[in-house]
Amino acid sequence: MTTSTIHDIGYRHYDGRRLGRAYVLRSQYVHNLRAAFGLGRPARAKVMPFLLSAVMLLPAAASVAILGFTKEPNALIRYAAYAYTMQVVVAIFLATQAPVIASRELRFHSVPLYFSRPVGHLDFVLAKFGAFVTALFILLAVPVTLLYVGALVTRPDKMKPVMEVVEGENGEMVTGRVQKPDSLVEHTLHYFGGLAGCLLFALVLAAIGLVIAAFTTRRGLGVAAVIAVYMISSTIVVIVQGIAETEANNFTVSGWAGLFSPFNLVDIVQVRLLGAQLTAPAAPSGVVGGLAALAVCAALVAGSIAVLYRRFRKAGLS
Amino acid sequence: MPIIATQGLTMRFPRVTALDDLTVAVEPGVVGLVGANGAGKSTLIRILLGLQPPSAGHATVLGLDIAREGVQIREQVGFMPEFDCLPPDVSATEFVVHMARMCGLPPTAARERAADTLRHVGLYEERYRPIGGYSTGMKQRVKLAQALVHDPKLVFLDEPTNGLDPAGRDEMLELIRRIGAEFGISVLVTSHLLGELERICDHVVIIDGGKLLRSQAVEAYTAASGMLTVEVEEGRDLLGQRLYDQGVSVHPEGRFLVIDIAGESTYDLIRDGVADLGLRLVRLEQRRHHIEEVFATSHTAQPPQPGQAQPAAVGAYGQPPPPAMPGQPTAPAQPDASGQPQPPQDSSATGPQGAPR
Repeated sequence: MTTSTIHDIGYRHYDGRRLGRAYVLRSQYVHNLRAAFGLGRPARAKVMPFLLSAVMLLPAAASVAILGFTKEPNALIRYAAYAYTMQVVVAIFLATQAPVIASRELRFHSVPLYFSRPVGHLDFVLAKFGAFVTALFILLAVPVTLLYVGALVTRPDKMKPVMEVVEGENGEMVTGRVQKPDSLVEHTLHYFGGLAGCLLFALVLAAIGLVIAAFTTRRGLGVAAVIAVYMISSTIVVIVQGIAETEANNFTVSGWAGLFSPFNLVDIVQVRLLGAQLTAPAAPSGVVGGLAALAVCAALVAGSIAVLYRRFRKAGLS
Repeated sequence: MPIIATQGLTMRFPRVTALDDLTVAVEPGVVGLVGANGAGKSTLIRILLGLQPPSAGHATVLGLDIAREGVQIREQVGFMPEFDCLPPDVSATEFVVHMARMCGLPPTAARERAADTLRHVGLYEERYRPIGGYSTGMKQRVKLAQALVHDPKLVFLDEPTNGLDPAGRDEMLELIRRIGAEFGISVLVTSHLLGELERICDHVVIIDGGKLLRSQAVEAYTAASGMLTVEVEEGRDLLGQRLYDQGVSVHPEGRFLVIDIAGESTYDLIRDGVADLGLRLVRLEQRRHHIEEVFATSHTAQPPQPGQAQPAAVGAYGQPPPPAMPGQPTAPAQPDASGQPQPPQDSSATGPQGAPR
């Protein structure tokens, strides 16, 4: 042996257990979920996800604090409205973290290393998709849960009824109608409705973000592309809705236009199928509108997985 | 049982045919796969990994069919790609542990195997630093480690010496030799440099333009060639001309004469020629093949063998000597009747280009 006095201590074969597909899939899922929050990577990779997660919590914490302080039940932000209200922060998280999940392996050409192992193409994509959905769900559901816990602690149901300002028959504002605060049961129902909404937000946003990021391999470009798609879709939809409502007084067009902006889309499902109040500018009426929105969500998710599958399959051959 | 066997393997892309009716079988050991860039080496590896179905033909790896048992194959082989495939922002340890888990190794075993393997490829303290700061040699070692971490039965190493300096190249070759000899893992290693494979391989497969050029044990490439090298102190051309006039196939090569052995009489003619001309004989030896000679006729510009550096001298003596092996250049491997390999000879080196000698 020539130079190998130090590392020549003999090769040992591995005859231990080799776990199957479920373990590999789970390992990938955990790996991607950690990567989404920068865990297992340098400190600078953790800055954005944790900063944004903290920002997401602030309004919820403030809302609970105000509720406790003012004893005013309406001070608590509605569970189903939280994601929509915080959509800019969510969009930034989506833009900065989708490339981490979708294009890191593409950028560094490490995809073939996976597919030369017992890793299936679909498993690879599903692990990424599932991990990113989970990351977004955590981002959205933790503050919503904080709101709910705040409600459980401060008991808004025991607070005094609220005088609601309503529009009188002659157009003048009158305070009169008394709204009873939600009971704890109602809170719980709304909370679970809100969680379902969070999951749907996570699915739809992950579908859009991952596909865009998978085709913009350069990281900066990926971030910009995701932000651009979010801003352009939201802006155009808001403009169309504004024109339809004020100029044409056409609320049908305005409602259906909401399908073309991701946050409005999911809010439609929340309103029409999960019994939430409307947060987005408009929603198509009836259960039909809700089902249509849900169908669009499903198509986005299925289409996204199909596109990602083809994208990574091709990359595995490079 | 052959570790790799292909039958009529063909891979056509819209514009190129990467593999053309390739039939080859290799036994366990260190196997070299040689070909110019674009000869179809990487395509062959992708097909053998079961990642890309061939256009035609079939193949087995470790006795498993590539079309039906791709997953089982991928559980038992390792792959080191030719290109850079490492994320720069994680450490070698984390990366190799992750890759071990992707092969199904449980967490603890993955960590132990990663540490062991990185040590075997020669990475010590630096394995905790991010890969981005590594030298090319260190990156190649990490790539090798991730291919070995799950203790495969066979590893595919695609151009492992690419981009390495001579010292790094030697270390990598030594490592590959040890993988075959000490680790007991079969290796399929590709390169476009024959010389380095000659040092470490048991068997060399040469493909060119997707076709099999030759598949032989290394000893066969370097066996006696049926030629003599004769060196005299002065009067090389006198002797050459005399032998030529006597009907001996001879041509000058540097300071030597290269003479085809037609039989026992050739030795006598040389002896008599040297004696009659009163020359001082320095060398009379059986010439051995150099593995590179297989490529002497192809477009890869292999450096000529030592002592062959004066092509201007080739083909003196008025008329061209007859080509040593008519019809031989670039023909697929076919040992002649005597079982002795007959690679294309230098004397026909310019044949395919049509240059008259």
